[in-house]
Amino acid sequence: MSFDLNFIGILIGAIMASSVPLILAASGELITERSGVLNLGVEGMMIIGAISGFALMVITDNLFFAVLGSMISGLIISIIFGVLTQSLLTNHVATGLALTIFGIGMSAMIGKNFVGIPGKEFPLLFVNLKENIPFLGPIIFGHSVILYFAFLLPFLTNYFLRKTKIGLIIRAVGDSPTSASNQGINVTLVRYSCILYGGAMCGLAGAYLSLIYTPQWIENMTGGRGWIALALVVFATWSPIKVLIGALIFGGITILQLHMQAVGLRIPVQLLSALPYIMTIIVLVVISRDSRKIKLNTPTSLGQIFYKEK
Amino acid sequence: MIKIEKRNDVSPSIYFLTPILAIFLTLFGGGIIFYVLGFNPLEALKFFFITPISDLYGFSELLVKATPLCLIAIGLSFCFKSNNWNIGAEGQLIFGGIVGGGVALLFYGHDGFYVLPIIILSGAIGGMIFAMIPAVLKTYLNTNEILVSLMLVYVAKLLLDYLVVGPWSNPEGFNFPETRQFSESARIPVLFDGLRIHAGIFITLITVFLSWLILYKTYLGFQIKVSGLSLKTAKYAGYKGKTMIIIVFMISGACAGLAGVGEITGPIGQLHRNISPDYGFTAIIVAFLGRLNPVGIIFASLIVALTYLGAETAQIFLQVPKYTGQVFQGMILFFLLGSDYLLFFKIKFLGLKKNEL
Repeated sequence: MSFDLNFIGILIGAIMASSVPLILAASGELITERSGVLNLGVEGMMIIGAISGFALMVITDNLFFAVLGSMISGLIISIIFGVLTQSLLTNHVATGLALTIFGIGMSAMIGKNFVGIPGKEFPLLFVNLKENIPFLGPIIFGHSVILYFAFLLPFLTNYFLRKTKIGLIIRAVGDSPTSASNQGINVTLVRYSCILYGGAMCGLAGAYLSLIYTPQWIENMTGGRGWIALALVVFATWSPIKVLIGALIFGGITILQLHMQAVGLRIPVQLLSALPYIMTIIVLVVISRDSRKIKLNTPTSLGQIFYKEK
Repeated sequence: MIKIEKRNDVSPSIYFLTPILAIFLTLFGGGIIFYVLGFNPLEALKFFFITPISDLYGFSELLVKATPLCLIAIGLSFCFKSNNWNIGAEGQLIFGGIVGGGVALLFYGHDGFYVLPIIILSGAIGGMIFAMIPAVLKTYLNTNEILVSLMLVYVAKLLLDYLVVGPWSNPEGFNFPETRQFSESARIPVLFDGLRIHAGIFITLITVFLSWLILYKTYLGFQIKVSGLSLKTAKYAGYKGKTMIIIVFMISGACAGLAGVGEITGPIGQLHRNISPDYGFTAIIVAFLGRLNPVGIIFASLIVALTYLGAETAQIFLQVPKYTGQVFQGMILFFLLGSDYLLFFKIKFLGLKKNEL
């Protein structure tokens, strides 16, 4: 294999594309967790987003409705989680698991009639620039609008959490719901909003998979990406910019693994496929070793039930 | 007017009645989903919950499915009671199956009464070791056990895939991704001719009894329950938290490993890619539905096993995907968790008072 700058550019572009669902889902979950809610239903919300996006694309033949619909579906299914954990005060971990199991089952039920239907071509921006500029072209240009949004999102999230009043309120609610409540903040309302936002982002992440990344519907097509997104939030110690970096690393491992398989290295395919999961564990161990650093950034009330005596 | 009041104490009758309420709500919700999908809801529910167990064979199948579910859920109850979130039982099941299957292949062609006990024991140890990874990482390196145990499920699945495609595949198997059929001496015997129900059910029942003994009659059981109720109290009482975390993970891993080896030496008889239809995940629901109580878990495992059978029947008669079972499983857990609200709060229906109008 000769050294080819353009090839490396294409490789980087591919890594970026494969990190998009992780960035979207993890950024959404980050906001949810910052408000003190641990939603383990990311995988379930993503897969619901994936099937609703694809189904709406087939039915309406309109990609805008498909993308919008996937976000709304993710949002709707996250309402279940919101009602249970916020209004009925259920355990976050168990409810999130139920959401994932339910979502996977529901998506397969809805998706039964959509298996084997070819996807539609999603418009890519600046395609001619991609082909004409070597190296940088395939990195910067020729992507879908969702990819550009995903790469902006961590910066927007960072600004939102640090510089805006609502961001401050969310962090306050996550760190000390009791004090926030005493300040007159409606903790339940804030947490509901953050859950719904997380749901919408997970839905969008799913739609990216079924509309752009591998444009078709396959049962269980998220394949554990939702869980990796959850791990990414811990990896990033709840900082949006680090979510971006983490997602690129995981996207990199995925693409590298595919290329190693294609080149035909004498390593079992299964070992390569297991790499992202093994890496997640290793990274989690490295990050978590320093418990002080973790505690510094973890929303203090994460996963705890808040009940205000009326 | 409706008034909501906090209860001061939880009444035991409500504690065990809410799961039944949850099951009825699930049937209702399932009926609505079937109706939306264009089926006659009553007929669909009949295919789902009555047809599968209307004959002896169906009833035996119910017990075949409940056997691993109950076993895994019993193990998980130790973790959940002490606030340890082992959600990777599926991986521990698969790894137990791999280790047990490996030993079974090692003994291929051997006869002798000792073969099967060795295989079963090695399966339990396999599951136990696999569960110790998240436990040790949690206790000594402060790593989140939810994510680690879950990631290991994927690793175990891929390892199994590698083994049955590669080194362990049947030499006379025309490259099918499966191992040889184990010899007769490595198989758990069936209880009745023509039915698949096997002696593994006794392993489950013995485990249920032992876990009841441990949880309710030993100091360890007491420590587990106290740590689950309040970590601070447990620390104050001087319990060795780290040892306990590792022990509960070992128990639950061993149970999942037993379930795995029970499947491959029981109904399956070999290793292949799909040795478990997500029993490890579904058992989480069983554990909650059974209120983390050994006897409750027996009943819960039968009910959840029925969703598996129902999904298979519905797949044949209604052409819905087999994942429909998961919709029901998810709903059961939703409704169960939601109805727990009744445990802690009283809802009073008061007449309208004049001054409120």
